[in-house]
Amino acid sequence: MTTADIAVSQGTPRRARYGSMSRDRRWALRWSYFFLVLFAVFFLCPPLYMLITSLKTSAEISAATNPWWIYHPTLSNYVELLTSSMYLTFFRNSALVSIFVVTITMIISVPAAFALARMKFWGSAMLATGVFLTYLVPDSLLFIPLFKMFAVFNEWTDIQLINKWWVLLIVYPTLTVPFCTWIMIGYFASIPKELDEAALMDGANYRQILFKIFIPVALPGLIAATIFAFTVSWAQFLYPLAFTTSPDQLVLPVGIITTLIKGDVFNWGQIMTGALLGAAPPLIIYAFLMDYYIAGLTAGATKG
Amino acid sequence: MAQVSLRKIVKKYDDTEAVRGIDLDIADKEFVVLVGPSGCGKSTTLRMIAGLEEITGGEIAVDGEVVNDVPPKDRDMAMVFQNYALYPHMTVYQNMSFGLRLKNYPKPEIEKRVQEAARILDIKELLDRKPRQLSGGQRQRVAMGRAIVRNPKVFLFDEPLSNLDAKLRVQMRTEIKRVHQKVRTTTVYVTHDQIEAMTLADRVVVMNKGKIEQIGAPNFLYHSPATRFVAGFIGSPAMNFIPCRLEQAGDGLNVRLSDSISFAVPAERMPRYRSHVGQDLTFGIRPEHLTEAKPNGHSNVGLFDAGIEVVEPMGNETMVFFSIGGTEVCGRIDPNAGARVGAALKMAAHLDHMHLIENTSGRVL
Repeated sequence: MTTADIAVSQGTPRRARYGSMSRDRRWALRWSYFFLVLFAVFFLCPPLYMLITSLKTSAEISAATNPWWIYHPTLSNYVELLTSSMYLTFFRNSALVSIFVVTITMIISVPAAFALARMKFWGSAMLATGVFLTYLVPDSLLFIPLFKMFAVFNEWTDIQLINKWWVLLIVYPTLTVPFCTWIMIGYFASIPKELDEAALMDGANYRQILFKIFIPVALPGLIAATIFAFTVSWAQFLYPLAFTTSPDQLVLPVGIITTLIKGDVFNWGQIMTGALLGAAPPLIIYAFLMDYYIAGLTAGATKG
Repeated sequence: MAQVSLRKIVKKYDDTEAVRGIDLDIADKEFVVLVGPSGCGKSTTLRMIAGLEEITGGEIAVDGEVVNDVPPKDRDMAMVFQNYALYPHMTVYQNMSFGLRLKNYPKPEIEKRVQEAARILDIKELLDRKPRQLSGGQRQRVAMGRAIVRNPKVFLFDEPLSNLDAKLRVQMRTEIKRVHQKVRTTTVYVTHDQIEAMTLADRVVVMNKGKIEQIGAPNFLYHSPATRFVAGFIGSPAMNFIPCRLEQAGDGLNVRLSDSISFAVPAERMPRYRSHVGQDLTFGIRPEHLTEAKPNGHSNVGLFDAGIEVVEPMGNETMVFFSIGGTEVCGRIDPNAGARVGAALKMAAHLDHMHLIENTSGRVL
């Protein structure tokens, strides 16, 4: 009631202030939507173009018609790819590599992050920084030394690592482990110290603290790290291009490029179809885990 | 049930000494409160007892057995933290039973103990909730429940009530006392709140700058503080400290507080003070021992006129502030005594309760 009285007595100036506030807000929203639409169009154009092209025949693709319109829609590209054993092999290789890499990454980086975040030992802070620094070394710098290492390894032991899909299980973690460890260090560090002390008092050892307290509490962060590791290994191009050559050892991104481009003949319809289908698994995973992913990325900001 | 002893406990962080040689014996079933200002080393001491902090020097023994190198999980102690430290992903039941489950207790036994603790703490209807669905007081109860179900040798409380609002704090204080009276577990309780210390403790340990100032029952500390620090720390409002001089007056002794105010020292105190004649000392007296003068006064009172500067009515009593020799002093008077700002009031200092403090050592004489 008092507020109403005040509103009446101060009527005009108060309304004016509210008005300007909502006008500000309206403008802010307009600009937000303008840029959101702009960026959405910008980023959705390529996939849309891929979808359109994948539904065309080769003849229509090379014809000088409106590239944004399909005159004779066909699923032949999809049928051909999904019945081609080669494409399915690429898909299988990619899936196997990604699943194993994610598993290996988590097995290494979660305990590593726990140790670096919680067990204070000599050099732990330096080691944590070191882990992050390794992530900053780009793969384009590493693939030649790695290749050389594998070659030398081959000379010494007679074990051939190059041109085997599973060699990627050794190579990819050099990218995923540092970053995932770093994410998890941040996430574990945001868990209050008293929580593990309470668990210690309750009689838990470090293993039990990790599995019964830290992993469940840091689950959003863990999922974020998982998605990251999966995306990196699914989309990695340079390493498989360098380390694998036989068609039966290729993963999806490299397979599409090397088998669907024959000399200077680009089989655009199938390339687009293959890329589109290849983009589906990460998309599906994102869609399901998006909420967790965002929670994981922003956790450090709000938990303090 | 256990008895805990600390022998010359020292804790150093790099080059700063947080705890500087503490000796303390805690009897079985005793409720001991460590109290002191922040940074006095009380929490560090508690954490060393718990095993969460390494001991730089000295020995901690439980039931005569040195536990310096025993990890916290094997010390059989339970701790309640300031921020409760409940496991956020577990229900109240799971939180309380966590320790028992780790030790592979049989299910019926766990069930029995959790139910019993929940009954004691009155949280039976909360057992299926997650911590985030609980209020601060409820979380505190759960944290205590988690300690109780383990039936440990020792309870450790680290400022458990600091995060609660004033009303709830008083309520939980009573609750903690009630629980201790029921379960009778040896308890070490850390707080910076001297009222908490007074109300809960069998014995209070007053700490300052990493050392123990005094150990004693609450009332003993209140009436016979050993040092100026204890005298000033225990009691609210705090004791008044007025610079004074001890003078010979015929056969007796006089404490001179200002040019116009001087009190005769009660006869039974004279032997204690005689050797300090002529020294500058500090006169300490609690507000409740500075009252309005009554017509048929008691013995051993020093009467003086006070120019009242501030009056704070509290209902059952009134606080008055005035100055003696330039020092602000607080007195506690009857609400009907008619204290008015700017007016003079006849006040009485009850000298049986006075303290004389040596300025150099801070020791109460």
